[in-house]
Amino acid sequence: MSTLLIIKIVIILVVFGITLLIAMYSTYLERKVAAVMQDRIGPDRAGPWGLLQPLADAGKMFFKEDFIPKQSEKWLFIFGPGIAMFTACMTGAIIPWGGTVTMFGETFNLQIADIDIGILYIMGFVSIGVYGIMIGGWASNNKYSLYGAVRASSQMISYELAMGLAILAVVMTTGSLSLKDIVEAQKGGQWNVFYQPLAFLLFIVCAFAECNRAPFDMAECETELIGGYHTEYSSMKLGFFLFAEYINMFISSAVISVLFFGGYNFPFMYDLGLSANAITFIGVGVFFAKIIFFIFFFMWVRWTLPRFRYDQLMHLGWKSLIPLAILNLMITGGWQIFKDSF
Amino acid sequence: MKSLTNRSLQVSNRKMTLMERIYLPAIIGGMFITFKHIFKKKATVKWPDEERSRSEVYRGRHVLKRDEKGAERCTACGLCAVACPAEAITMVSSERKKGEEALYREEKYASVYEINMLRCIFCGLCEEACPKEAIFLTKELMPANYERSNFIYGKDRLVEPTDSRVDVSKRQEPAVVMNKYNDK
Ligand code: SF4
Ligand code: SF4
Repeated sequence: MSTLLIIKIVIILVVFGITLLIAMYSTYLERKVAAVMQDRIGPDRAGPWGLLQPLADAGKMFFKEDFIPKQSEKWLFIFGPGIAMFTACMTGAIIPWGGTVTMFGETFNLQIADIDIGILYIMGFVSIGVYGIMIGGWASNNKYSLYGAVRASSQMISYELAMGLAILAVVMTTGSLSLKDIVEAQKGGQWNVFYQPLAFLLFIVCAFAECNRAPFDMAECETELIGGYHTEYSSMKLGFFLFAEYINMFISSAVISVLFFGGYNFPFMYDLGLSANAITFIGVGVFFAKIIFFIFFFMWVRWTLPRFRYDQLMHLGWKSLIPLAILNLMITGGWQIFKDSF
Repeated sequence: MKSLTNRSLQVSNRKMTLMERIYLPAIIGGMFITFKHIFKKKATVKWPDEERSRSEVYRGRHVLKRDEKGAERCTACGLCAVACPAEAITMVSSERKKGEEALYREEKYASVYEINMLRCIFCGLCEEACPKEAIFLTKELMPANYERSNFIYGKDRLVEPTDSRVDVSKRQEPAVVMNKYNDK
């Protein structure tokens, strides 16, 4: 038992470290992707190919003046970024990073906790994440921040609905809420995206909205709200908000890969004649490749599309995505009954 | 109505078709375009490692010319200061003493001549105004600096050194000179 405990602690630390590392280098990747898509080079001064840029940015953030406006609610102002960061880090706990490993006489999953309501847990934490933005925006006591916060909360609440309905279709085909079961059900190239393309499309659109990413970055939109909910923030508090966004993006990419692209599964994984441990480790690599692809995809979309107008966003959410999600749910349900009755 | 130019576009407020309202075809098209740009040639010039080429008559930092014998040409007439739209030039004039003929070409010269490079807009009007062909703009760029006071260039940095003469022949082609003096 005690070895298992140690192993779990190690996994927790590694997952936490990797989450932060990937979020850190997402900022670098974001700038590089933006640059190459605009025919520029991007950061290349700090270290080889500019690889130390995230460290330089973090250093800059730390040494900036940490300013708390006098008319703000001091404690809530400090709480906001804390909540955003905390909820962002918590969601990584139930992602199945890899299959089972047999080592040190123990067999264990590369997952921090396989709770059987995995998806609900993620949805729950994502919706708590809204509070970080809402509290931060409200506590700033500034018109623009408040607008940003209000926009963010209404946007997230509307898109959570469609997101939940899209996930429900996947849950119906798998018959389980546990992420582990969902991944196991997609063994050998039977990825959900082939069976549930509409749900995938709905989910990814909602994921963009949930992460506050362009084209749905209503909460920040530099041009209209001069930064939205984080207008008043500076130094590492601002850093936390921005960093939380990148962690959310990483987790979203992981969830997309798990739900629709088979997680750590890869085609022909059992035809290669490798040992179980080797397959697991290749699987982890494949999983991260998928995640990084989706992170790139997020950025790709950001640097392609202009921002939606707010009414368009609400239109899309309530009048297109939710009806489509319900339709998808009905079709899935009908198919399920049809399949079972034969 | 006939349009005045061939560039005007007809706008319409028609409803979007279903295909357009789905957005997806347009989005995929757009993403294809941005993806292509990844492989395009980069427009960045990595200054100061690389330099972008400048024309021979580029309007960069100024030089106060000496004549063929090495005497300063400027006679402190102040026309450049009057012409300057940014009011960047100030000077103090002095009388040439006996024995200084090799230093100053005219009987009156500028003992102090300063250009505030933060005010200067590099328009070249001082060059155009100068009757003595004393001040010219050069191809050289203005270097950056940490102190504001360092941007006030005095004679020490403006007057051309005798051992490395600045070539302004490209700026003084006969047509330019003709044009300048016919105007007056
Ligand atoms: S270049 Fe123009 S702005 Fe600059 S000193 Fe000469 S006249 Fe003034
Ligand atoms: S630089 Fe030319 S215009 Fe200016 S004071 Fe000297 S002679 Fe006159």
